[in-house]
Amino acid sequence: MSRDEIDIKSPSRRDFLGVSLAAASGLLIGFSVGGRVWAQEVPATPPASVPKPKPNAFVRIDASGPITLVLPYVEMGQGVYTSQVQLLAEELEVEPASVSFEAAPPNNELYANPFIGEQVTGGSTALRGSWITLRQAGAAAREMLIEAAARRWNVPASACHAMDGRVIEAASGRSIEYGQVARDAAKLPIPTSPVLKTPDKFRFVGKSTKRVDSPAKTNGSAIFGIDVRPPGLRYAVVSACPVFNGKLASVDDSKAMKIRGVQQIVKTDDAVAVVADNTWGARKGLAALKIRWDEGANATLTTADLVHEADTALRRKGLIFTKEGDVAKAEARAAKRYEADFRQPILAHAAMEPLSCTVHVKADSCEVWLGSQNLARAHKAAAKAVGLPPDKVTMHNYYLGGGFGRRLEIDYVPQAVLIAKQVEGPVKVTWTREEDMQHDYYRYLNNSRVTVGLDSAGKPISWRHRVIGPNVMERFLPGNTKDGIDLDVVECAQGPYDIPNTLIEYTRNEPPKGLGAGNWRGVGPTRNVFVVESVIEELALQSGKDPLAYRLPMMNKHPRPKAALELAANKAGWGHPLPKGSGRGIAVFSGFGSHLALVAQVDVSSSGRVRVKKVVCAVDTGFVVNPDVVRAQMEGGIIFGITAALYGKITVKGGRIVESNFDTYPMLRMREAPEIEVYIIDSKEDSGGVGEPGTTGAIAAVSNAVSAATGKRIMTLPIEVAKGEEG
Amino acid sequence: MKYSINLNGKVREVDVDADTPLLWVLRDVVGLTGTKYGCGIAFCGACTVHLDGQAKRSCVTPISAVGDAEVRTIEGLHETPIGKALQQAWRELDVVQCGYCQSGQLMSAAGLLAENPKPSDADIDAVMSGNICRCGTYVRIRAGISRASKLASESANSSGSGASI
Ligand code: FES
Ligand code: FES
Repeated sequence: MSRDEIDIKSPSRRDFLGVSLAAASGLLIGFSVGGRVWAQEVPATPPASVPKPKPNAFVRIDASGPITLVLPYVEMGQGVYTSQVQLLAEELEVEPASVSFEAAPPNNELYANPFIGEQVTGGSTALRGSWITLRQAGAAAREMLIEAAARRWNVPASACHAMDGRVIEAASGRSIEYGQVARDAAKLPIPTSPVLKTPDKFRFVGKSTKRVDSPAKTNGSAIFGIDVRPPGLRYAVVSACPVFNGKLASVDDSKAMKIRGVQQIVKTDDAVAVVADNTWGARKGLAALKIRWDEGANATLTTADLVHEADTALRRKGLIFTKEGDVAKAEARAAKRYEADFRQPILAHAAMEPLSCTVHVKADSCEVWLGSQNLARAHKAAAKAVGLPPDKVTMHNYYLGGGFGRRLEIDYVPQAVLIAKQVEGPVKVTWTREEDMQHDYYRYLNNSRVTVGLDSAGKPISWRHRVIGPNVMERFLPGNTKDGIDLDVVECAQGPYDIPNTLIEYTRNEPPKGLGAGNWRGVGPTRNVFVVESVIEELALQSGKDPLAYRLPMMNKHPRPKAALELAANKAGWGHPLPKGSGRGIAVFSGFGSHLALVAQVDVSSSGRVRVKKVVCAVDTGFVVNPDVVRAQMEGGIIFGITAALYGKITVKGGRIVESNFDTYPMLRMREAPEIEVYIIDSKEDSGGVGEPGTTGAIAAVSNAVSAATGKRIMTLPIEVAKGEEG
Repeated sequence: MKYSINLNGKVREVDVDADTPLLWVLRDVVGLTGTKYGCGIAFCGACTVHLDGQAKRSCVTPISAVGDAEVRTIEGLHETPIGKALQQAWRELDVVQCGYCQSGQLMSAAGLLAENPKPSDADIDAVMSGNICRCGTYVRIRAGISRASKLASESANSSGSGASI
């Protein structure tokens, strides 16, 4: 299925097609989006004429008993292994704790995310993409197993049911293990429309079953991309030209080669790597190199230049994304007009696991070990870099030590392949933290200009928002652009408010070539909700109203976020007096298919230090597969957002990123972590995304809370409070 | 240089430069990859291990400074009552997200509980603020340590032996 055929915004085109692969030892079944159907019994050694079965399926049942679930969405902390296991296990009628699981290999046809059309984990779409499809796969397998058992017993399938890995005939009480009928089941036709369980029958879905990855992640056995150690492994540390788009001119390696353990210096167009028998030797070797860079056109670039460009763009008319009513007319008759500009900095992802990719280039094949949110694309890039057809390139995906959008990019894959091409045997290319921060695909500068027309009571009658930022989707996923507009960057550019006249414009502003702009946790909503909610809160104060009381009457057409707001405000004790120097702030929005309201409470000290004391979050994310996973994602997303609000800022000098490690790009730490309360609103609607909205809401709620404490609106992130501004 | 280190109760011989941080000896030479690299400058705690029961940043601990200290890594955490209690608490509360920082979090927490079996939230914050969690699991780590403290004292009471590390 080509991307064009997929309606990115709606999951309705989820064709169900069964895929059943019978391994000699049992049953493999899966589904595919627009894929082919396989149903075949495979001999122990497949004859050359039979295409070798790839584990392109979701359920594997071994004749000797063990059940393995194959999971298309990668685990980067968001709990999606657990949720996928819940969905499959629910329909298959097995205890989630009784099955093992593994990551799916790259295969767009079998494992494409129906929202995106590629095998991608991102945009908070994983669960939304797998909600029906994984259940269908589980249900199809269950029906085939029941049918096989029924035939063996010579009874109708309707007399049997499945429970805890067995098929049971209720009348006689006899039962049989799945493994014992798996081989027969594999020979049966795949049900075209397997019957899904009704939600009232759910035993695991909707419950806080334990995370399936907890044990491995608490005893050191979980393998991340950076941990792989194929036999004969060598270790490389790489440095790409620190100036964006610069090239490697020359390298003097005379000192480096004398360092113990250093085996080889490898050059590419724009980078140099040192290969050694351990990472430390490689690091020492790299430090001993005398490298001359051809720094190119960006060598004098500073943040001030970039900010100037983004500011100039504020005055540039943009492409029109939404137009409702007549904003110009409304502005002309408005009693009052409010206009403000907002500025947001460059941000790095700084996932806890620095980037790493291990590659073994052999004579006519290639093997790659890594952690990627975008395996199919990484596969293609590796094949291209090594110069082999994709079927000669084997990918192994592992746990991701955080993604946040960084591991949607595949830049580190061809780089590692180009290095490995020059190395005998497998080589692990690890980026230092400094390299990781220097060569990110950053959340780029984002400016906004908002103009609001107000009636005499201070109520908005028009909303104009000019969104300025790069068009990431044009490069990353052209299907998610429309008429030159990046559909992510304008998401949530207006709030859940009934404002009759609206105009959303998009003005493109790209970073200079070589400075990568990418997806960052919460994408468009994260940059927009801060703006929208800051404006709304400012308008409330200017018209002398309480920010909660100001919002609610404008939300009648948006009952879900409204209900979330009422709940969060109530739980946060909205309106209860706070001491001087403290403040509460609200953020409410609908994004990623979810509806959230957050109330943050902060203290601002006389020295200008901001401390977030408490965040209350109410979330309506439709039907919840695992409430505890939702809670965890809110908690984590909120901390991630507070880090950005208080500290997040990447600066450029001499064409280089100034920040290099956690000493200069600080993260929120435990002593600064607020108390967090999460309330989940019961809902039967479609499930929304939960990985990102916590971050989106936290930045806005915290900056509003600081403004409430100081009486000064935050127009530029990160939040800076001058001495003596505590209000 | 040849070094022999006492690692999770076993003696291991390694042949590396004297300045090689213990982190890379563990990960690349010995092959225990549970200890993680996060920053290399003692700012994140992902590389935390124990030397004679004390939490140390292995990324800035050269092998030459290890001497005959008992080195314990996440792979050996379960061998101590405190370690067991922490692992159980972490699983009960589902603390982990991506998990990359969690080896270091658990080792720091174990060091804390060994010295201070009943830490207050402020004690926890003071010690654990050296460990970054980019996924933001702080609230649960704090709860996990309190829970482990309870579990460890219960098991110490029932077995009659004091908790040791
Ligand atoms: S890797 Fe040692 S403290 Fe960060
Ligand atoms: S769990 Fe991901 S960094 Fe802590």
